[in-house]
Amino acid sequence: MPQIEVKNLAKVFRVAERRAGLAGAFRGLLDRRTREVHALAGIDFDIERGELVGYIGPNGAGKSTTIKILAGILTPTRGTCTVDGLTPWDDRRRHAARIGVVFGQRTQLWWDLPVIESFELLQRVYRVPEPLFRRNRDRMVELLRLGPLLDTPVRQLSLGQRMRADLAAALLHGPRLLFLDEPTIGLDAAAKLAMRDFVRTLNREEGVTVVLTTHDMDDIEALCERILVIGQGRILIDGGIDDLRRRVGDERVLIVDFEEPGSLAALERELHGAWLREVRVTGKRARIGFDAGAVAPAALITRVTSRFEVHDLFVEHPPIEHTVADLYAEHGEGEA
Amino acid sequence: MLAPYAAVVSARYRNLLQYRAAAFAGFVTQLFWGSIRLMILAAFYAAADGPQPMNLVEVVAYVWLGQALLGMLPWNTDADFKEQIASGAVAYDLLRPLDLYGYWYARTLAFRTAATTLRAIPMVVFAMLVLPALGLAEWALPVPSFPALAGFLVAITAAALLSTSITVLAHISMLWTLSGEGVDRILPSFVTILSGMIVPLPLFPDWMQPFLSWQPFRGLCDVPYRIYSGNIPIAEAAGEIAFTLAWTVVIVWAGRLVLSCGVRRLVVQGG
Amino acid sequence: MANAIALLGHYFGVSIRSQLQYRASFLLNSAGQFANSCIEFLGIWALFDRFGHLAGWTFAEVAFFYGVVNCTFALADALTTGFDRFGSHYVRTGDFDRLLLRPRPTALQLAGHEFALRRVGRLLQGLIVLAWATWALDIPWDAARAGLLLLTVAGGVAFFFGLMVLQASLCFWTTESLEIMNVLTYGGVETAQYPLSIYHVAFRRVFTFVVPLGCIGYFPVVAVLGVDDPLGTGRVFQALAPLAGVAFLGLSFGVWSIGVRRYASTGS
Repeated sequence: MPQIEVKNLAKVFRVAERRAGLAGAFRGLLDRRTREVHALAGIDFDIERGELVGYIGPNGAGKSTTIKILAGILTPTRGTCTVDGLTPWDDRRRHAARIGVVFGQRTQLWWDLPVIESFELLQRVYRVPEPLFRRNRDRMVELLRLGPLLDTPVRQLSLGQRMRADLAAALLHGPRLLFLDEPTIGLDAAAKLAMRDFVRTLNREEGVTVVLTTHDMDDIEALCERILVIGQGRILIDGGIDDLRRRVGDERVLIVDFEEPGSLAALERELHGAWLREVRVTGKRARIGFDAGAVAPAALITRVTSRFEVHDLFVEHPPIEHTVADLYAEHGEGEA
Repeated sequence: MLAPYAAVVSARYRNLLQYRAAAFAGFVTQLFWGSIRLMILAAFYAAADGPQPMNLVEVVAYVWLGQALLGMLPWNTDADFKEQIASGAVAYDLLRPLDLYGYWYARTLAFRTAATTLRAIPMVVFAMLVLPALGLAEWALPVPSFPALAGFLVAITAAALLSTSITVLAHISMLWTLSGEGVDRILPSFVTILSGMIVPLPLFPDWMQPFLSWQPFRGLCDVPYRIYSGNIPIAEAAGEIAFTLAWTVVIVWAGRLVLSCGVRRLVVQGG
Repeated sequence: MANAIALLGHYFGVSIRSQLQYRASFLLNSAGQFANSCIEFLGIWALFDRFGHLAGWTFAEVAFFYGVVNCTFALADALTTGFDRFGSHYVRTGDFDRLLLRPRPTALQLAGHEFALRRVGRLLQGLIVLAWATWALDIPWDAARAGLLLLTVAGGVAFFFGLMVLQASLCFWTTESLEIMNVLTYGGVETAQYPLSIYHVAFRRVFTFVVPLGCIGYFPVVAVLGVDDPLGTGRVFQALAPLAGVAFLGLSFGVWSIGVRRYASTGS
């Protein structure tokens, strides 16, 4: 049985509208208008134990609505969802004791307290028996290199340090399912790498199921074998990164270094057709975006090398950001 | 020439009007306080032997006007302003091509009066018209004579100017204290007791009267409310209003002085 | 239950330690509250100085009412910062989600938000007034009187706690200012500083049966003072009246949990 089963999950919000201007404000005193927002339009997916799933989509697509429902703090309008046999919103407190949640932009630590005291408070909140608490705490301190930070008040930690402490805090009670919401937001490169290493270790070695929402596609590429892409309240893609690439077309970029500074005009005269996405020339280097489904990379290379003096060339996949941006563009940015 | 200041005032009003529940809540709150205060004062008057410096009808007017115009007292500071100081965004105000004190005064005037006008009207309507209709005429806000009303309107305008000048001074003080915490703790007690909001000033012991009648906070409530009820005869009203305005001028002058020190300090320290 | 109280105790220990890091702010706040309360009391004194008595009640008796309700409110106020700041601090910022993500009742976690030391200003002023009134009235203390006074304070803390829970619950329905509840909290304190008997009968009914303010102040205090109630209630009723505060708290928690369910379905 999958650890998470989601069936036909839908959520409709009502939001109040405000009128413009002074007269509008007066009218707003008397009656208000509301409109319906379909944050989730019926989604289905399963997640097995031990999976590490990336959950991505544009802002307002329904990501956080889904996470809130899975975490038990939001009741859906219709549909079902079970996590380890519990319905999160019906059994909120029991469910809460079994999951860990980290919001990248908010801390659950107590601002004025040393890290260790926040941990001890959470131990009591989660009723973690002393031996288990000690074991989990020591393991987290070791994995996340928290030793030197334990006696520092949270307000004095850097963002990267705070995120590490927050991760530890979310795992002290030994949850088997972890929700990570933008865990690398605002972190510097080294901290991001450390965070990814930790998440990978947690998933591979401890078998903790991880659901990761992020805007950082490097996180996804580094960690996730499976991604769920949501747009306008629907699951657009449930599969691997390759599925995402195929979905928006097999775009590649041919990068050519000429012997002489290349001329955009000459290149554009030479290359045209529906398969051509874009041509950009900077100095001696040209970047030619093309659809590998419509023209074979080898044929394109032959054509370029036969007309120009080429020093070097190579073909690359576009960064996944572009792929995702294309997909989002196709489905429109969702509403708030 | 006043257009930028007028725009500030209008924006502020728009902002406040969105809070319809707050307006209603304010009305109910004020109504409650007024009723409680009247019952307490009436119980005291019931046992009074001999004439008092104010009669009960005058006290009733004093209490209702106080409830209607409570928000006009300089008892708190503008949270937006506080935020602006704390975040350092106040530096932008220095860049505006306006007289800084004038700009802050306009902003504060709107803050001080916007919510109050919205709340005063239902309160006055209720106390003056609805209460008699409910058979509670003796507890109603009396209809003033025409000269008393005219005097009151002038006096309450002067009170608004005075109140704004005090609030601006409190705002300026935040350039030093940043949090405004101290001002917010201390200001309300002094303002409410010395303006007459807690107990009408004439009811304080006679030996305190010389002090009470010269301090500036009196111009906020005591002067306009007593002009309204006729406790201050209309012949003396002009002098009392001049008293309020004189204090306003003094406090505006002090505010300008302190602000120029504050700006110098801000510029030197780089905000 | 024992576990919940232990957790609350731990929360408070933590909260007190954090507050002591901001000593200046704590002292300023406490001193400010003390001054505010004194000025308020000055108003009462001024009226007694001019009029002598209030419908037969002396200044010392009213001071006793004043002291009891202010101590009560100060204690409840210290315990309910989390509820007081619920709208601004938890709902608007989304931090309430954080509490929902933990396996404990949200009300317990909110109570643990802070034990507000700064309320000591009002408490101290209330205690001083109470002490003076006790001395001035020459109350013959015995176990029954002392016990009833403690029960009164406990019922009063429960009552004001309940009011704060109700106020916070309103945030589930509206994001707008909740000034309306100040009628019941600060307005309640103001009202209870004077004997209930001086108010209009409609107010007396509301403050006995709907919002049981009289039950946690006036009625039991009359018994402690050992005077006859001009309203004609008996000693048994007066002694049991503070329990209404506890019932009120229970009711408030009921409203709270309806609100939490609503929050979970609107997500705001």
